[in-house]
Amino acid sequence: MPSYLFWLFATIMLIGAVAVIAFRNPVSSALAMVTSFVGLAALFIGLSAFFVGVIQILVYSGAIMVLFLFIIMLLDLKDEKRRSDSLAPLAAGLVLVAVFFIQLVGVLSHKLPNQTAPPLDKAVLAAAAEGYMGGQGDEKVPTKISTALESGSLPDVHIIGHTLFTQYNLPLQILGVLLLVSTVGVVTLSRKSAAND
Amino acid sequence: MASLNDYLLVSGLLFSIGLAGVVLRRNIIIVFMCLELMLSAANLTLVAFSRFKITDNGLPDPSGQMLVFFVITVAAAEVAVGLAIIVALYRARQTIHTDELVSLKG
Repeated sequence: MPSYLFWLFATIMLIGAVAVIAFRNPVSSALAMVTSFVGLAALFIGLSAFFVGVIQILVYSGAIMVLFLFIIMLLDLKDEKRRSDSLAPLAAGLVLVAVFFIQLVGVLSHKLPNQTAPPLDKAVLAAAAEGYMGGQGDEKVPTKISTALESGSLPDVHIIGHTLFTQYNLPLQILGVLLLVSTVGVVTLSRKSAAND
Repeated sequence: MASLNDYLLVSGLLFSIGLAGVVLRRNIIIVFMCLELMLSAANLTLVAFSRFKITDNGLPDPSGQMLVFFVITVAAAEVAVGLAIIVALYRARQTIHTDELVSLKG
């Protein structure tokens, strides 16, 4: 990704994030959050992580933020009253954040290796195709991934799926159980308990 | 080309903004949104490391993106449960301001 695009999307993302905590109205905050996540998805796509970028838009800015907006409207929240906060927690919070950020800049002031991203041109992609050939023994059968790599495009979704169902099969199934448990938990939590009413 | 340092710096800034929101805001829904911001900052770091690390075959390391996939899924489950808890809290106390939730205060 060209440098100016990186800084453009990074700025969109950071302005959205600042707007989340600056707005008094929760609905405005939620919409600012969507802006921030769209900027973040653009950064992901710039890093050639197309699958993660699309998932970021679909799951985060689509599903999760709609859930937030839905709850905000369900609770019918009004604008937060500007209350005269005591200065101590405000100062403590800002100092905590400033210390964290200064620490971060200190660490990052040392140049890391790999200053430029390794190239992903046609030669590199075609060379990687060999590892994704299918077939038994010496016989090489071209697969979807290797064909796409040879034609010079990065089949990001296919590679992710391949990794997910080979190396990370058990975590994937545990994740399915987690989603089931959280669904049951949400239903239990949001049911009105007969004892209270 | 943006360098790895640039990505990590932007990600650290996003994390700091999320942390500031968690510490400063009193509305529990906004606090929750800022937690999501912090998770996203971690995701950006993971994807940046995945892109800048060369694996043996020269492609970006898919393991980093797998972790991001798992983080996003767990975050979705967490948001669902968290918002259900917030709704239950609002039903019980008619407020979601952290200043007014002081029953555990000694």
